[in-house]
Amino acid sequence: MNSPWTVFDVMAHHKMKWWEYLGVAIALLSPWLFSSHAMMVNEIAITALFAVALDLILGYSGVVSLGHAAFFGWGAYSAGLFAKHFNNDPLVGLVFSVVSSGLLGFLCSFTILRGSDLTRLMVTLGVSLIGFELANRLSDLTGGADGLQGVLMGPVLGSFEFDLTGQVASIYSVSVVLLVMVLLRRLVHSPFGTTLMVIRDNRLRAMAIGISVSKSLMVVYCVSAAVAGLAGALLAQTTGFASLDVFSFERSADVMLMLVIGGVGWLYGGVIGAIVFKLIQDQLSSLTPQYWMFWIGLLLVILVLVGRERLLAPFKGGKP
Amino acid sequence: MLTLLFDGIAYGMLLFVLAVGLSITLGLMNFINLAHGAFAMLGGYLMVIMFKHFEVPFLLCLPLVFVMVALAGALLERVLYRQLYQRSHLDQVLFSIGLAFMSVAAMDYLMGSSQQNLVLPEWLQGRGEVGEGAWNLGFGYYRLFIVGVCACLTIVLQLILSKTRFGSQLRASVDDPTVAAGLGIAVNKVFLLTFAVGSGLAGLGGALGAEILSIEPLFPLKYMIYFLIVVAVGGTSSITGPLLAAVFLGVADVMGKYYIPKLGGFVVYVLMIIILLWRPQGLFSRGGKS
Repeated sequence: MNSPWTVFDVMAHHKMKWWEYLGVAIALLSPWLFSSHAMMVNEIAITALFAVALDLILGYSGVVSLGHAAFFGWGAYSAGLFAKHFNNDPLVGLVFSVVSSGLLGFLCSFTILRGSDLTRLMVTLGVSLIGFELANRLSDLTGGADGLQGVLMGPVLGSFEFDLTGQVASIYSVSVVLLVMVLLRRLVHSPFGTTLMVIRDNRLRAMAIGISVSKSLMVVYCVSAAVAGLAGALLAQTTGFASLDVFSFERSADVMLMLVIGGVGWLYGGVIGAIVFKLIQDQLSSLTPQYWMFWIGLLLVILVLVGRERLLAPFKGGKP
Repeated sequence: MLTLLFDGIAYGMLLFVLAVGLSITLGLMNFINLAHGAFAMLGGYLMVIMFKHFEVPFLLCLPLVFVMVALAGALLERVLYRQLYQRSHLDQVLFSIGLAFMSVAAMDYLMGSSQQNLVLPEWLQGRGEVGEGAWNLGFGYYRLFIVGVCACLTIVLQLILSKTRFGSQLRASVDDPTVAAGLGIAVNKVFLLTFAVGSGLAGLGGALGAEILSIEPLFPLKYMIYFLIVVAVGGTSSITGPLLAAVFLGVADVMGKYYIPKLGGFVVYVLMIIILLWRPQGLFSRGGKS
């Protein structure tokens, strides 16, 4: 993780490049281009956003987390419950989920400031397990192991109903995700983003030059939790369903794998990883549904042994 | 009440044997091995196969399982794990999750997804009772056997670590591998041997616990969190830390599930987070080495 970056490189990378415009265009058109696989597009957009959220703390700030599904799940359940009991307008629900996940992230951010990697690993994992247990046990509220059912969303902006083919859902998700990506792009290229990378690369030196390490980490953890919550909320809203699986360990592990496939510490790593991962999953699990886990495992082992940095290095624009 | 306490202690002792290998590898090589449960699962399956299908005597099965799993551990250490000691924690986590996933799917393929049952030999079935009224203590002979075996193992481990030449080499390598190597200790060999013994112990734990813990393909993921709690709460600097943490965890888990079954594993997770916030290096660690 020894990247010889200066502040000038950061500025130079701030300008949108032609392929970024191209990516945005393809993403915007994807609900129409792949209209027969609209649900797939929807799912990819959501998981990509989740992966990017993890990247904020893992890739940019160097905090290893095994339990980011906690916020994803929290977002999903809060969006589902909010729609069921208070207001079924999707956008209001999104705002509610983002704010509540951000608050949860704030509370949890105190837990990642101290200790070694192992401690952080355990605490983040513990938080997601607690979420899982809560969702499982409070079955009056959450539906327990059957999942939260009967979430009926209102039309987006008051006029676009969610349809069965999932086209409206995918348009909705893709536009929200793109909007957030633009904001996050701004964030990681700002001085604050650079601060995070300094903390990741050398925490001691960061402290020595007067960076408030704890404060920066807490802020980025809140943002990351809010974005993960947003992704979870999108999933609950577009599928009208939230199950225990949103909190599961496999979800945290999967999203980590996506990030690693795409490249850590790079905003588009999560997006590319999510696309590749979902496509592979779609293919492999139709071949051998039961043993899909074996292939994921093998992929992880090989990626680590070969060296994950090498996979996408040529595309990351000068970063070794 | 006492019966519960006894069951909790037996469970905790079992967890200790399962997790002590992880604690040593983590403390020694600073390697986060999330696939540790895979060795325990392997032990459990070997036990079931040997005892049930080949009718090897129960007491002979245990050392055989230990040796076989230790050999498997040694092989994996030599071929795969060794390359990752110097890598970042993220790489180690990814790698070992990958291994755990592979073991889950492979076991599913080889043995089927159903849970394996182990019928104990006659002399381990049944239970005894002592005391009366509130101080009544009922204990299964099998659990008593587990406590006995685990206690012996703990004492032997402690003696090996503190009295033998190998123990000194091991402790030296834990404290400072560079200096230890400089003093002529073959650090790599110490690592290899320790890893093998650690995974062998996990296999032994899996074999011992084949009746209590359910042996099924999802075992490595299901119990991973428990092993990690033992190690994280107990600290990696001694063997008593994980032991106390494991017994504590076992008792808390059994009691929690008995008195407040609605909350399930909730109690344990909350306790763990509170303890780790209070003492990030573990409850029983010395000083603030990170």
